[in-house]
Amino acid sequence: MSKIKAVIIGPGNIGTDLLLKALRSPLIEVLWSVGVVEASEGLRIARDHGVSTTHAGLASVIDQVAADGVRIAFDATSAKYHGQHNDLLQARGIRVIDLTPASIGPYCIPTVNLADQVDAPNVNMVSCGGQATIPMVAAVSRVQAVDYAEIVATVASRSIGPGTRNNIDEFTRTTRAGVEQVGGAKRGKAIIVINPAEPPIIMRDTIHCLCAADPDQAAITESVHRMVADVQSYVPGYTLKNGPVFDGRKVTVWMEVAGLGDYLPTFAGNLDIMTAAALKTAELLAEAMQ
Amino acid sequence: MKRVTIHEMSLRDGMHPKQHQISLEEMVSIATALDAAGVPLIEVTHGDGLGGASINYGFPAHSDEEYLRAVAPKMTQARISALTLPGIGTVEDLRMAVDCGVTCMRVATHCTEADVAVQHIGISRKLGVETVGFLMMAHMLPPEELAAQARIMEDFGAQVIYCTDSAGFMLPQDVTARMQALRSALQPGTEIGFHGHHNLSMGVANSLAAIEAGADRIDSSCAGLGAGAGNTPTEVLVAVLGRMGVETGIDLYKIMDVAEDLVVPLMDSAIRIDRDALILGYAGVYSSFLLFAQRAAKKYGISSRDILVEMGRMKTVGGQEDLIEDVAINLAARG
Repeated sequence: MSKIKAVIIGPGNIGTDLLLKALRSPLIEVLWSVGVVEASEGLRIARDHGVSTTHAGLASVIDQVAADGVRIAFDATSAKYHGQHNDLLQARGIRVIDLTPASIGPYCIPTVNLADQVDAPNVNMVSCGGQATIPMVAAVSRVQAVDYAEIVATVASRSIGPGTRNNIDEFTRTTRAGVEQVGGAKRGKAIIVINPAEPPIIMRDTIHCLCAADPDQAAITESVHRMVADVQSYVPGYTLKNGPVFDGRKVTVWMEVAGLGDYLPTFAGNLDIMTAAALKTAELLAEAMQ
Repeated sequence: MKRVTIHEMSLRDGMHPKQHQISLEEMVSIATALDAAGVPLIEVTHGDGLGGASINYGFPAHSDEEYLRAVAPKMTQARISALTLPGIGTVEDLRMAVDCGVTCMRVATHCTEADVAVQHIGISRKLGVETVGFLMMAHMLPPEELAAQARIMEDFGAQVIYCTDSAGFMLPQDVTARMQALRSALQPGTEIGFHGHHNLSMGVANSLAAIEAGADRIDSSCAGLGAGAGNTPTEVLVAVLGRMGVETGIDLYKIMDVAEDLVVPLMDSAIRIDRDALILGYAGVYSSFLLFAQRAAKKYGISSRDILVEMGRMKTVGGQEDLIEDVAINLAARG
C-alpha cells in the first residue's frame, strides 16, 4: 500500500513536531515543508529528512506540490494566513487539516467525530485544550445527556506561544464551541490557566459534566476508560489521573497529557496532542483514500 | 497632605468566603452604605472575576450582570470596578460590565504572565474606562522581574499597576521592595497599588509599607471580608491612615458602621486567621483555595492543611482550584 503524500505549511515548533511524528507513519509521507523564513530551523530539519522545502510561501510552490501528487495538507501557520492557503489547496483538490484557530471547516476530534468528516475538504483541530478534553465530554455524553460541561486546561507557561497569548479569548471561545458541538454538551465552558513553575508542569485537564439525570456510574466509567484507551492510540501520554468521580449529577475526570517529546518538550502535551491528533486525522483520511 | 485611594473589596473578594452567595439586596445595601461613607471605588464581581460562574469556582447567587445592574445606578459618588482574569472572563464579559456602568476595569494575570492581558487591557482602554493591571501572587517574583511584567501591562495601556499579595505571604520589606521597583520602572503618570491578604496579619502593615513606597491605591475590605483570612480591613486602615494624616475621603464612623452593622452579620463564619488561613500565608498558597480545601478534606477524611501544603509544593497558581480534589484523592489514597 503506497503512502498518501502530504505537505506541511508552517515549519515552526508545531509543524516540526508533526513532521517528526509523520516520519513514523505507515500511511503518510511528507513530501513538502513550506515556510517563509530562509533560516528556519524547521526547514533545515525537513531537508535533513529528505523533504523538499521552500521559504517563499505556499503560492510559490503550490503547482509543484500538486504535480507531485500531494493529497493532504497540514496548515500549522496562523488563522490570518489559513484562508489564502485553504483557497490555493482546495482549488487543486488537496484535503486540508487546519491546526490554526481559523475554523473554516468543521471541528475534528479523531476519536469522536472523524467518521463524520471523511468527506470534508477542510477540518479544524479545535484547540489544544479541546483535543485533550472533548473526548472525555463525549465519553459521558455518549452514555447519557449532558446539560453542561466545563473544562479547565492548565498548561506550562513555556508551552504557550504568542499566538495564544495575544488572543486568549480565541482559546476559550473555540474550546467552548467544541465542547458543545463535538463533545455533545448542551452548554459548555472552557477555562485556561497558565502555570510558570520550573521545571514546567505537564498539561493537566479537569473535565466536569453535569448530566441531565442521575449518572449511570458503571456505564460512564466504562465509557471513559474506553475513550482514554482510544486517545492513547495516538497520544500514549494521555493519562487518567483520577475519576470519574460522581457527585449528584456531576461527573469529574482529571487528566494529564504528556507529549512524546519528538520536537516539542514532553511537558507540552497540549501541543503534542494537536500534532498527534492532526496526524491521526490524516491517517484516517488516508485509509479512506486508498 | 498625602492622599490614598481606597478600593473596597468586600463585594468581590468577599464573594469567596460567601461562596458567591451574596444576595442582590445585601449587595445594594452594602454598596450604598460604602458610597455614603465616601469610599471612592467599589469592586462588584464574582470572586474569580467576570465569567467566574462555574463548577470550578462556584456558581453565584446572581450573574455579574445582575449584580452590576443592581448596584451601579445607586451610586452617588463611588465608581464601580470589575475584575477579569483572561482565560476565565472574555472580552464579551468585559463589554457587558462596561455597559452596566463599570468605569474601572481590573485585568488580572499571574505575576509572570502579563502578556496574556493584551487583548483585555486594549479593549478596556478602547471602551474608555480606567484600566488597571493586576499582577497576582506577586510574592513569586523578585522585585525587578515583577517590574518588568508591570511594564508589559503599562505598554498595553494599563493606567494603574497592582502588586497583588494573593497568598498573604509578603512581609512589609517584601512589599517595600516590590512597590519601589514598580515606582521606579513605571512612567510617573502610572499609578501603583497594593492588594493584601491578612493571612499573616500583615494587611495593614503591608499597606503602610506600600504607601511609604509610593502606592496611590490600596485595596481593602470592610471587616476584612475576603478570601483566606480576608483582606486588609478597610475600617482599620482608614483609622490608621487618619492617625497618620493620610487623606482617604472616607468617614471613619460610617465605615466602621458598614463593617459592624452590614458586613459582619453577613459572614457565614468568622473571617480570622485559622490554621488553614495561616498555612496559606506561611506556604504562599492562593487564598481562594481555603474553602475548597476544607470541603475536599471533609469529603475524603484528610487534613485541609495537608492539601494546602501540597498545592503549595506543586507551585499552583490562582485558578487551579480544579486540582484540589485531585490532590485530596491522592492524599487519601496514600493514607
